[in-house]
Formats: sequence, C-alpha cells, structure tokens
Amino acid sequence: MKKEDIPQDPGALSKATKEVCYAVDQSGKYTTELSVGWDIKARALDVAWDDISQRVEAARQKVKNKEASPLLFFIELRLMDIPIVSAYTGFWKWQVKQHLKPSVFERLSEKKLAKYAVIFEVSVEELKTMNLNET
Amino acid sequence: MKLNFEHIQAAHCENGVTTSLLRYNGVDRITEPLAFGIGSGLFFVYIPFLKINKGPALAFRTMPGMIFKRTCKSLGIPVIRKKFRSKEEAQQILDQCLEAGQPVGCQVGVYYLTYFPKEYRFHFNAHNLIVFGKEQDDYLISDPVMEKATSLSSYELERVRFAKGALAPRGQLYYPKEKRAVSKEQFSKAIETGIRRNVRDMLRIPGYFAGVKGIRYMGNTIKKWRDRLGLHKAGLYLAQLVRMQEEIGTGGGGFRFIYGAFLQEAHAYQPIDDLIEVSKEFTLSGDTWRNAAVHAAGIYKGRLTDQQDFNQLGDYLLEIAEVERRAFEKLSQIKWPS
Repeated sequence: MKKEDIPQDPGALSKATKEVCYAVDQSGKYTTELSVGWDIKARALDVAWDDISQRVEAARQKVKNKEASPLLFFIELRLMDIPIVSAYTGFWKWQVKQHLKPSVFERLSEKKLAKYAVIFEVSVEELKTMNLNET
Repeated sequence: MKLNFEHIQAAHCENGVTTSLLRYNGVDRITEPLAFGIGSGLFFVYIPFLKINKGPALAFRTMPGMIFKRTCKSLGIPVIRKKFRSKEEAQQILDQCLEAGQPVGCQVGVYYLTYFPKEYRFHFNAHNLIVFGKEQDDYLISDPVMEKATSLSSYELERVRFAKGALAPRGQLYYPKEKRAVSKEQFSKAIETGIRRNVRDMLRIPGYFAGVKGIRYMGNTIKKWRDRLGLHKAGLYLAQLVRMQEEIGTGGGGFRFIYGAFLQEAHAYQPIDDLIEVSKEFTLSGDTWRNAAVHAAGIYKGRLTDQQDFNQLGDYLLEIAEVERRAFEKLSQIKWPS
C-alpha cells in the first residue's frame, strides 16, 4: 500500500481513536501514518451488527410467544452464548439451558437473577421485563 | 503513583505492548516491526471445524502471547508471566509490580473494555494493554491501539482481566524480568532466528489449514461457500474474514505490511539485499489481501452475487498463497553470515 492510498473514511472507530497504518512512501520505504478508518471494514462491521439485531429481534419474538425466557433475549443482545454465560455466572451449562425455559425462569430466586443482571449490565427488573432504556 | 512511562501507539496490540515494555526496560533499538518480525508474528490459520462469534475461526498472525515470548527470548531477556485463580491476588501482584516501578502487560477481553467504541466490543479475549500506574482507584492504561494513554477503574480492569470464554485471560500479566542492554549483534542474530522460524511456520507446518497451505485451502473453500451456505450466510462469513484481517489497527492485510517494514528494518542489521526484495513481495501480498477485502465487501453488500464472484475471490487467495510461498522460499534460501 502506498502512503497516499491509506484510506481515510470516518467510521465507528474514529470517535475513539485513529489507527496506525504501515505503508510505503515514494522511495519505497516503509513508514507509518494515522488513518481514521476504512469503509470496507466499517461495512463488514455493519454486517455483523445487522446479524446481531436480527438475532435479538428473533429472540424478542420467541420470548413474547413464551418459547423462551428473557434470558435468550439478553444472551443475544450481549453477543453471548451458553458457554460464555456459564463461565461468567458460574452456573453449569445445563442450568443455563434450564433457565432458558420460561417456566423455570419465573421461579428463579432473586439471587440467581441478580447474577444474570450483573453480566448483562441491567437491573433485575429490566431482566424480567426486557424494558431497556438503551440507545 | 505514575511511572515514567511513554505511551507508544502501534498498529497491533501485542507488538505495541512488547515494544513499549522492552523500551522501558532498556532495549532502545526495538520498534514495532522488529518486535513483530523477531517474534515471527506473521501467520495464517483457518480452522474449518471451529466457530468464533458464529463465523469461521481464522487468524492472520501467530498465537496470542507468542510475539512477546519469542521476541524476549531471542533477545536474551527473561520473562515473567503469571495467571491467577483469585481476582484479589491478581490485583495484589499487579500493585506490587507498579510499586516496584515495573509497568505490566495484561491480556484482556474487549467486551467490557469501556474506552473502546461499542461497535468493536465483541467477546474477543486476546487483546493486550499495559498498566503503568495507579491514581486512587484508577489504573493508568497504555493501550497500544489508542492514540493516547487512558485509564480504567479497578473494577473495570478486573472485569476485562477476568473476561470469560475462548482464550480467557485469567488475569494474565507479563513483563521482562530485568533491565538489560541488548547489543546490535544480538539483534542481528534474533532477526535471523525470527525469519527462520517464520519460514518454518508458513511453509513447513504440517496439516492443510495453516501457513501458506491454509491460505490456499481457504481460497478453495470460499469458492464452495455460495452453494454450501447460501448468499446470506456466506456474506456473514466473508464479513468475518474481513474483520479478522482488519482487527483494530492492522489496516487491511496490515500484518503483511508490518512484515514488509520489518524486512526493511532488518536490512540495517543484516545487509542482505534479498531482504529488501522480499519486502516488496509482502507489500504485494498485503495489497492483494486488501483487493480481496474490497471484492468480499461487494459480496456482503449484496452487489456481487454470482458463483463467478466467489470464484474470483477464491482466486485472490490462491494468488496470495503463491506470493507468500515465493517470498518465504526466498527467505529460506538466504545465506546468513555467521
């Protein structure tokens, strides 16, 4: 890549930082330059997030239809899966699977709910109702 | 308390941590490309039966932790690396290091990393940063991909150090054991070792899914993705390919460019003209990776949908495999003076 070809497309990252890129100058020597981002990369990230919002919506529907507990919604919302949830909460994977059933979830103790609330960064109330004030 | 530590921004986190820690410990000559090259950082692996974040598992560089480990070893610097069961102990040891005036490298997960933009916070556990001080409850953080030094509260730091999931860091911290001067001769030797090891990793590694063979294998597999996965899922997989290639701050096959820069810097220590020549091959390889990413974007944006487009993308990877094979063959034939 030539130094003048380093992409400068502002994206999600440019809010936080610029990134270092290695490229060659006119004499063919390698040098570094800051870039604010690259459109191709930003689109790839969009694709990933579109997929996540689709999963979250599907999960929301399932919870509404009583096919799953709110746990499923938060697992998708927080990009997790059962092994990750199990590792963070200390519950066994089979327990997490049980808690995904609405009937079991309803009977969970406050203490167990609190564990989930912490890793999803919500209150127990929000965990039960899925009413979030997030942007 | 704040150590007299200079934040250096780097293209890649582990390179950056290695460079900063070694500079702090007296190795003035070290630069990001040298750390990457001496640590034999360039790699490719595509593990078809493993999934990360619901997409294909692949990497463009060597295993996390290896760059630091190999670079220090090659330069004759002993390393301390610790993992912890208990969070309290992890913090205690960290505090002791800081008291003793030693900045510390930490492996962390990015999901709960508060200063990262939300869009980048996936469950990815092989990020690296340096802790170089503590003020009340805040730890001073030098994250090599950020422009400036930043900070995390002790709770936030504990949370990312004990991130869970694949490659869980388990509080892992590491640093060079002592300050040491490293001579120019040691650097020359380390560069040779680094290149030889990288040749071995890319050309002679057994199995079909790693090294140059891995790139070729992935190229051939991609051609089948349209039929096997359908357009939607294939698009998701390709987006993941580009995102891995583009991990924050590696700018489009960026590792290839860093390796090109390494070979140029190596020339100052080992005046072998082939190094400069092969550096150009890596520039070509990096450029081709970028072209492949642009083409892949056509697919995941839905602009390109034909089997022929998948074939063309696969061919890009076959082309890259050939360029990198040629480059490493040339490196393997270098006659090192010693």
